[in-house]
Amino acid sequence: MTARTISEKILSAKAGREVHAGEIAMCTVDHVLGTDASSPMAIDYFEKMGGQRLFDASRVMFAFDHYSPAASAKTEALHERVRVFAKKYGAELCDVGEGISFQLLAERGSALPGSLIIGADSHTVTAGALNLFATGVGSSDLAAAMITGQVWLRVPESIKVTLTGTRTAFLSAKDVALALVKAIGPEGANYKTLEFHGSALSAFALEERMVICNLGVEMDAKAAIFPSDGATNEYLAGRKVGLDAPVTADMHAVYAREITLDISRLSPRVALPHAPDNVVPIEEAAGTPIQMVFLGTCTGGRVRDFHEALAALYRAGGTVAEGVQLVVTPASREVDEILRADGTLEAFESLGAKITTVGCGACCGTSGVIPTDGVNVLSTANRNFKSRMGNASASIYLASPAACGASAATGKITDPRAARVSR
Amino acid sequence: MIRLDGRARKLGDNINTDYIIASTRKRDTIDEQLLKQWLLETLDPSFAASVREGDIIVAGHNFGCGSAMEVAATVILAAGIKAVIAQSFSRTFYRNAINNGLIPVQCDTSRFDEGDALSVVLDGAALSVENHAKALTLTCPPLTGIVLDILDHGGLVPYMKENRALTPRGT
Repeated sequence: MTARTISEKILSAKAGREVHAGEIAMCTVDHVLGTDASSPMAIDYFEKMGGQRLFDASRVMFAFDHYSPAASAKTEALHERVRVFAKKYGAELCDVGEGISFQLLAERGSALPGSLIIGADSHTVTAGALNLFATGVGSSDLAAAMITGQVWLRVPESIKVTLTGTRTAFLSAKDVALALVKAIGPEGANYKTLEFHGSALSAFALEERMVICNLGVEMDAKAAIFPSDGATNEYLAGRKVGLDAPVTADMHAVYAREITLDISRLSPRVALPHAPDNVVPIEEAAGTPIQMVFLGTCTGGRVRDFHEALAALYRAGGTVAEGVQLVVTPASREVDEILRADGTLEAFESLGAKITTVGCGACCGTSGVIPTDGVNVLSTANRNFKSRMGNASASIYLASPAACGASAATGKITDPRAARVSR
Repeated sequence: MIRLDGRARKLGDNINTDYIIASTRKRDTIDEQLLKQWLLETLDPSFAASVREGDIIVAGHNFGCGSAMEVAATVILAAGIKAVIAQSFSRTFYRNAINNGLIPVQCDTSRFDEGDALSVVLDGAALSVENHAKALTLTCPPLTGIVLDILDHGGLVPYMKENRALTPRGT
């Protein structure tokens, strides 16, 4: 048998035959995810295709995350269309306030090593942190999968990404992810999977691996996959529903490209406007005035992210700088509940932060807070395209939660390693 | 055989789907006939009004990157554009294009300029582009397998109506 990558192994298992990079595989999906942004259109396609039933209602989930809550009667009508469909066909509906689709699947212990997940949300790749193949599709592919339980995939070549070295204080998974976006480029992983290896992986918890996988799509990756190890088991403990089938790459698997990143000397990174690959060391952006800080999204909206942001904000002075609007949006109800229980949200509130409804928040201008004309925004999100947050005259900078927290305190982009205020 | 004649509308590299149609626009409607008035507004607010039926988008690398939102393909079609020629496509946009009958053509667009008279010819699996202004004929990678099959049907909806399943050729 030929040596295979993780992608080749998972897709072979799902195709029921051995497949290799370059082949078209007809794969059986384990989970099909839709959002409020993509599901109304998927339902249109489903009906036009003559769909009569879901292949397996227990494997189809819709989450209202992009429009959370609906800001107009028209948006609410799109929500209602999905609610009615979900009820009619028995699919699970996660309504406003529940969370981001693939985050919910992971929290419920349904995103298991070895599985294949498709979601009509490009950031579905995030779930690959759990040693599985997760990829984004459009609404029509989603509809066909809702009917057939299948998706055709060209088996991708893989890029072997090896992380080595020792993790330093204040080095965030976001910094590693941004460094990779810079190194690989905005289409460097197009049609390919990023498969992670190396001695430094053990330094990153599962939630942090999600951050690295999440940014995979900003390199155009089809999937981004971590190995299954202690961090995976720790995350799945008490959550796991069903059987997992961890997958490892064969030693002699063939890769399209191999990249090694030594994280020992990596400094915090910032993506400058208006592209996620426009990445510089934070030293080069430090001092840039900012008027809005956004903590949240499928990249930076988990418990650890808010803890790191708050700690950095305290280290840098402990108050939000005058003229800075701080917006906090947990990625899921579970995250929200943990942060309420441990006092984190109360601490942000007492600093004057706006806590908005669970979901995608202000990331793509569809819910939450729209930036004011002409402002600079520092965000924990993944995309900083012009107009992404709903205002073409705003400039969006992307950084780690710690950099965002420190910068909220100073009112300018601030290296979280340097931010210690003496009073 | 499909032959599309039209003028080039030149765009750059890494045109993301948010630039094709802003997420904030599709929040209220997914009707591409309404959305087409905002096609590419972030890059050029006058673009949508300048589109003529039959225009062909010509782009650089990585067209359609970012969000997988399918309105990015349907809004281009609604505007009267039936093909996009680019150096390369982001995979989700490519799938969405095929699934809706929008022809994604991969070839070297570096010598193409705004307004060039173009023809896109799909003959069986063979795909080629003629640039009449530059007297160029470019042979593109052929469309194969299920991609060609879906496009031959006119998109994934007619394909599914006929086949009731996904059945790629050769598997």
